[in-house]
Amino acid sequence: MPIYPKNEPRSSEITPEKLYFGRREFLAAAGAVATGAIAASVLPSVARAQQEPQAVGTPYGLQPNDKPTPWTDITTYNNFYEFGTDKSDPSENAGAFKTKPWTVRVDGLVAKPADYHLEDFLKPSAIEDRIYRHRCVEAWSMVVPWRGIPLADVIKRANPTPKAKFVEFTTLMDPKQMPGERTDVLTWPYTEGLRLDEAMNPLSLLVVGLYGRTLPNQNGAPLRLVVPWKYGFKGIKSIVRLKFTDSQPPTAWNLAAANEYGFYSNVNPSVDHPRWSQATERRIGEFFRRKTLMFNGYADQVASMYAGMDLRRNY
Amino acid sequence: MREAERTREPEPKGGSALNLRSWREPKWFSTLLIILCCVPAALAIGAMASDIITHTRFFGSDPIKEGEHFLGEWTLRFIIATLAVTPLRQLTGWNWLAKHRRTLGLFAFGYVSLHWLTYALLDVQLDWGDLVKDLTKRPYIMIGMAALLCMAPLAFTSTRNSIRRLGGKRWNRLHKLIYPIAILGVIHFAMAVKKDESDPITYGACIAFLLAWRVVRWWMRREAPQRATLAGAP
Repeated sequence: MPIYPKNEPRSSEITPEKLYFGRREFLAAAGAVATGAIAASVLPSVARAQQEPQAVGTPYGLQPNDKPTPWTDITTYNNFYEFGTDKSDPSENAGAFKTKPWTVRVDGLVAKPADYHLEDFLKPSAIEDRIYRHRCVEAWSMVVPWRGIPLADVIKRANPTPKAKFVEFTTLMDPKQMPGERTDVLTWPYTEGLRLDEAMNPLSLLVVGLYGRTLPNQNGAPLRLVVPWKYGFKGIKSIVRLKFTDSQPPTAWNLAAANEYGFYSNVNPSVDHPRWSQATERRIGEFFRRKTLMFNGYADQVASMYAGMDLRRNY
Repeated sequence: MREAERTREPEPKGGSALNLRSWREPKWFSTLLIILCCVPAALAIGAMASDIITHTRFFGSDPIKEGEHFLGEWTLRFIIATLAVTPLRQLTGWNWLAKHRRTLGLFAFGYVSLHWLTYALLDVQLDWGDLVKDLTKRPYIMIGMAALLCMAPLAFTSTRNSIRRLGGKRWNRLHKLIYPIAILGVIHFAMAVKKDESDPITYGACIAFLLAWRVVRWWMRREAPQRATLAGAP
């Protein structure tokens, strides 16, 4: 005959009094944490009530229905993996980024390689405000009032040797300031490249500002590239070096996924990304998709550079 | 004598109220569960509508993409919650949790439906050419679609009637489909992201843990009788 009481719980199963009497507090605390977590995950960027500034600059290649994208979108919806991979990360993490003093190195196949203070690097050129179309490889687009100097000016001053065929651009390598560079999401530092004739094209712009103001850190301060007929990731940010080379330089996204991101990366509605169509795009702030234009609407200014090239292979 | 001693013992060493394992289902539990399950969908629909119509930025600058991803992630969370019911029940002894598994699974299907509707109606905007091309050329879309199609029969047989009609055994066998669905869902997510795989890895780890739990339990049950025999051998 069993002599042990049958339904008695083991001592390990008994909730200690302290925990039992604190259960309401525990539930309340858990509830508060859950509510906070839900609120934080549901509202990634609470609408900012802000006066939108007026766009300034000369329109370049804008279509009749193109209007400048609001400042708030341009400065909070960014791909700048050095500051995180979410679109909102750069505006949240780049606030303390130090852009002064800033040195730009110009070297490689040039008459006299040198380091320049950013001010001296920019001074000889007249700063221009230009409104460009911007097409991201992820199939969204904006219209952006940039402020900058023609890249061709800088190249002429650098005086490349006849052997120079390409320009390689490099972003600052500073994992202390750029948390993304502590991860292995991309090969750091970010590099980009252009053929010399592409770099000399009058549309190629070295940008230092936005909406007539100093360039915000999350947009690539203090110096970035803008090549409006190419996908946005060609516009390398926080540039510290221009190197002239005789061979095609390695580029960050091409190193990451060569089958998805080519060296040229010209906007081309008839060549799809392996995972999505490039035929249409969503303009930030609009509901209906738009047709993507060949060379993002800049065919007249750039198509001749690619005459005779197979753009399906040279994507 | 012993019997007498026992009755004299102070009554509850741990009365049932103090015993976590014998926690009964609170009356309000299913109502609360259903309300909580609706919250993310209500927020997503509200935020998307407000962003698209009145240009707020609850979902940032690209509310359609963000809302689509949000609903996709919540689908995975509901699949994980569904898979977590059995281990939780085994750990706590709360057998009453079992019947809520169907509620969670049904919500997973609800969220995947909203995810797909956002993709087809708002993102691709019913461009049939694009929808067909996505479905025939893009592996991550095929995988996601396969998971969605597998979820439909589970959703349609989630009523008590269906269990009776199919019989518990067959119903259980059919609903084992949730395992491949979970795996396909995470693969779909991992292939869809551009570069940063940290989120897919987190979801994948949760699902791997919950599936491994079942494998270990199954293996231990299989081994247990053998060990008993060995121990009993001379």
